[in-house]
Amino acid sequence: MNKKILEIKDLHVHYLTDGYTVKAVNGVNLSLARGESLGLVGETGAGKTTTALGILGLVPNPPGKVIKGEIIYNNENLLRKSDAQMRKIRGREISMIFQDPMTALNPVLTVGAQIAEVIRLHEKISAGDALIRACEMMRLVGIDDVRHDEYPHQFSGGMKQRIVIAIALACNPSLLLADEPTTALDVTIQEQVLDLIEKLRRERGASLILISHDLGIVAEVCEKVAIIYAGEIVEYGTAGHIFDRRAHPYTRGLFDSIPDFSRKVHRLRPIEGMMSDPTKLPEGCFFAERCPYAFEPCRKIVPVFEPEPGHLVKCVLVEKGKAPQ
Amino acid sequence: MSDPNATPSIELEVRNLKKHFKTPRGMLHAVDGVSFKIEKGKTLGVVGESGCGKSTLGRAIIHLHERTEGRIFFRGRDVSDVDEQQLKDLRENMQMIFQDPFSSLNPRMSVSQIIAEPLLIYNKCRSRKELTAKIGNLMDTVGLARRLSNSYPHELDGGRRQRIGVARALALNPEFIVCDEPVSALDVSVQAQILNLMQDLQEEFNLTYMFITHDMSVVRHVSNEIMVMYLGSAVEFADSEEMFLRRLHPYTQALLAAVPIPQIGHKKGRSLLRGEIISPIDLGEGCRFAGRCIYAKENCFDVTPTFDEVTLGHFVACHYVREINNLP
Repeated sequence: MNKKILEIKDLHVHYLTDGYTVKAVNGVNLSLARGESLGLVGETGAGKTTTALGILGLVPNPPGKVIKGEIIYNNENLLRKSDAQMRKIRGREISMIFQDPMTALNPVLTVGAQIAEVIRLHEKISAGDALIRACEMMRLVGIDDVRHDEYPHQFSGGMKQRIVIAIALACNPSLLLADEPTTALDVTIQEQVLDLIEKLRRERGASLILISHDLGIVAEVCEKVAIIYAGEIVEYGTAGHIFDRRAHPYTRGLFDSIPDFSRKVHRLRPIEGMMSDPTKLPEGCFFAERCPYAFEPCRKIVPVFEPEPGHLVKCVLVEKGKAPQ
Repeated sequence: MSDPNATPSIELEVRNLKKHFKTPRGMLHAVDGVSFKIEKGKTLGVVGESGCGKSTLGRAIIHLHERTEGRIFFRGRDVSDVDEQQLKDLRENMQMIFQDPFSSLNPRMSVSQIIAEPLLIYNKCRSRKELTAKIGNLMDTVGLARRLSNSYPHELDGGRRQRIGVARALALNPEFIVCDEPVSALDVSVQAQILNLMQDLQEEFNLTYMFITHDMSVVRHVSNEIMVMYLGSAVEFADSEEMFLRRLHPYTQALLAAVPIPQIGHKKGRSLLRGEIISPIDLGEGCRFAGRCIYAKENCFDVTPTFDEVTLGHFVACHYVREINNLP
């Protein structure tokens, strides 16, 4: 039996700005087994990054606020932890690879010092030994360690992202959150960085949540996939469920929007309209106003259905067996 | 009057175009001898990674950068050297859609002011009423609700902002548009809407596009012909379907192999690339891709390969293209 490393239950995160409440995350349920990799897929503003920040206890407060929910990591609710306790977890147990390696690194510290910093923060170790460990990490991510006393601007984008990965992995975390780790990189460099994340994750047995808008990357890296829309998981399952037997109209629309690389189609079939304003979300299914199949029951609360074991879909059509094929 | 029996009319031709920038560390070869033709009503896709010179090429063609060397022909006329008035006339027919719908729109102008600007500069409307009507028509064409005409760019999302950019580019009824990564800042569902819009406009107005992108799936979708660039030079040029069927240059092969495919079980083979792109400053002789190429031999580092027609209409710059691809 695979033990759960992380379970998110009914997480709600709101941002309160003058007079408005932006409902960023609205009842996210997710679970992740030890050693598993999960792809969290959604468009801009769907709540992907906010969910990840919620796990790390880094939702900026104010204006952000976790309204309710539980985040169970190794049988403990992270939302009940104090700031001091969270600081011990961040970087050691759970660490994050950020989207933009240009802004994630401190421009006035050498890269060696930045990797050593996280090691010294979490372990009783001398500065010299920490630097030796930092150099080991640099070799691990494929950078010559003679460059440890260089500054971030002296490295290319792909190299900087390798440094960020080295920092994230320096203390052997059990859970790695990667927020669009290759979006800022060219496709040939992206390939190298993804291979590196995947190789290190397997060697060290860490679990991974990969946040991405790119279904191609998720297909390559992830065993499980969650599709998030307007702060809700609308579909969840194994890669097989999502890539071969997807059922939610939004997931289907997302796939139809991608130009097919392997064959030429005359016209794309985009999802009409825009995502609902997160300050005034509709009743019932959030996707209903863009959904070509929406009908009356979609305006009421939509439960989650399970057409196959482990494949969860939040759509009335699935219950009725009318899901578009 | 065009002769119906004539060969397809060439909208744009570029010959040996070079754009070098002087930098404190030496001469940066952004575009280094690129030649191509685009037929009227067609789309040339220009692909490559960041820093390959694709945007500089687009900007040099519409005179946003002054070229260092080479010639540009627009509808058969040499437009390489133009004075201010000629440039103004030229821009009426050559427009650009920019990558970033956030920084390419003036934040202090409303939607209608942005779309009106080219019409006012070129005195296209005789009355206020005509101008308002024209703006309304343009907004309809690109799928922007007319109620947004007094909104400012910051009030709109990326997709709508990019529609403003498209409307502005179309305002003067141009024939040729340089599209510099017009969808790369957008989410996939919105990206698909904009790509469909651009396709409809091309069919309706017989527009010619030069479509610059780094996204291989998008380039296949939009292009009739594709040019792959690497460090300022074209390494491969072919019909779009031909390119995806038989890519011949090792760089193109590696580039396409690196694209993640949204299908499970589609695990790619070993990587065809090593290392990273070299600096484009003070480039010497030799193939620019040689340092990363798994097939590179000694002379690749010393002799610059020529851009040869390997099979009909398929150009490749590689010394060993025949050996690598088992061609006669």
